[in-house]
Amino acid sequence: MLSSNAFVDPGKMKDYHYTGPVEHRFSPYSFNGGTVLAVAGEDFAIVASDTRLSEGYSIHSRDSPKCYKLTDTTVIGCSGFHGDCLTLTKIIDARLKMYKHSNNKTMTSGAIAAMLSTILYGRRFFPYYVYNIIGGLDEHGKGAVYSFDPVGSYQRDTYKAGGSASAMLQPLLDNQIGFKNMEGVQHVPLTQDKAVQLVKDVFISAAERDVYTGDALRVCIITKEGISEQTVPLRKD
Amino acid sequence: PQASNVHALMSEHTVPLPFPMSHGTTTLAFLFQGGVLAAADTRSSCSGLVACPASQKIRPIHSHLVGTTSGTSADCALWKRILSRELRLYQLRHGRRLSTSGAGGGASADLGGTSGGLQKASPSSSGPGLWYVCSDGTRLRGSLFSVGSGSPYAYSILDQGVRWGLTVEEATSVAREAVYRAAHRDAWSGNCVDVYHVTSKGWTRRKREDLKEEYYREKGRQGR
Repeated sequence: MLSSNAFVDPGKMKDYHYTGPVEHRFSPYSFNGGTVLAVAGEDFAIVASDTRLSEGYSIHSRDSPKCYKLTDTTVIGCSGFHGDCLTLTKIIDARLKMYKHSNNKTMTSGAIAAMLSTILYGRRFFPYYVYNIIGGLDEHGKGAVYSFDPVGSYQRDTYKAGGSASAMLQPLLDNQIGFKNMEGVQHVPLTQDKAVQLVKDVFISAAERDVYTGDALRVCIITKEGISEQTVPLRKD
Repeated sequence: PQASNVHALMSEHTVPLPFPMSHGTTTLAFLFQGGVLAAADTRSSCSGLVACPASQKIRPIHSHLVGTTSGTSADCALWKRILSRELRLYQLRHGRRLSTSGAGGGASADLGGTSGGLQKASPSSSGPGLWYVCSDGTRLRGSLFSVGSGSPYAYSILDQGVRWGLTVEEATSVAREAVYRAAHRDAWSGNCVDVYHVTSKGWTRRKREDLKEEYYREKGRQGR
């Protein structure tokens, strides 16, 4: 049970339309846009994000990727409020180091996911406004994707889209990777090349229809050989 | 640290949230001669978006105790973890499992500022027990409960079909039907149905069933 919808109040947009007298409270949150996507295969995982950082009608940066490498087998994608994304990744990095020093081994993807859930819930009454998706390899070398809501509810999936264009991408992934809502179709297992191509196509579509998604796409492919990155240009308008 | 401010927090957040939480569900449980039956849908919605069509709303707490969840999923997940931990500690310290009523008491004491209803179903030494626990502290013992936005629809099926003397197959069929009807009419319930059966030997789980198929089967039966 996850809440992955981007809430419809992105910062200063209301000021452009006069709706009557309204009380302005300071909001500690701001919405910086961006879309993140993760796919798990048989022996690989892909985490991809666009690189646009926006606020209201402005773009702060065209080169701000939302995938962060955590370990050699795990990458996290965070979208939502950029300030909370940065702090959260710093906290996760610190906790990974602490674990490594105490237990003399690297945290597994499943352990990182469980830890992130408790970190997020620790702020239940002043949440991190971040939509997280973790992609990586589990202890058996199979691809794993863990998707979260802002207060820490999580589960393991095969594929998940998060962020501003998630509502557009998720049905497309359900159809193309999950073979849902189709009759009489052969379920072919997803190869790495097909998955990468699908991710690129899906982001190109997202950039067409979502204003907060665009500029460039960063794809991180996680296999037992390591993490390889690719950057693909997207629409800049 | 939040205890002193529980009332303010229960009604609203001190900081206005920019996103909605996910909730909306149909869960039900009832006692009958064969033990306890619990059923739930699997849709996790978030104000209009189906955030997850395959969530697990009935989670086993231990071999003989099963809990259903409704409300904010993160809160429910936390409850279950705390409850499982406390029950396991009790079991290790006292050498026997805590009764359902005790587990219910423990659960309600831990809540504050969260939202959700939980039903706990298990057979204990005194027979099967069913408790409804709510985040405002309500703790009710009963023989039939349904929680969630789809509960009115489920109640109509359950009130008509649940009797003490049901066989396991009949009880499963009633529970499934109740979730199916609720899923059909309630926008925030749907996708699949999970059914768990708890007896003195432990819980067993029926394979998750997609309700879309059931809808078309019924259409076929009616010859439309």
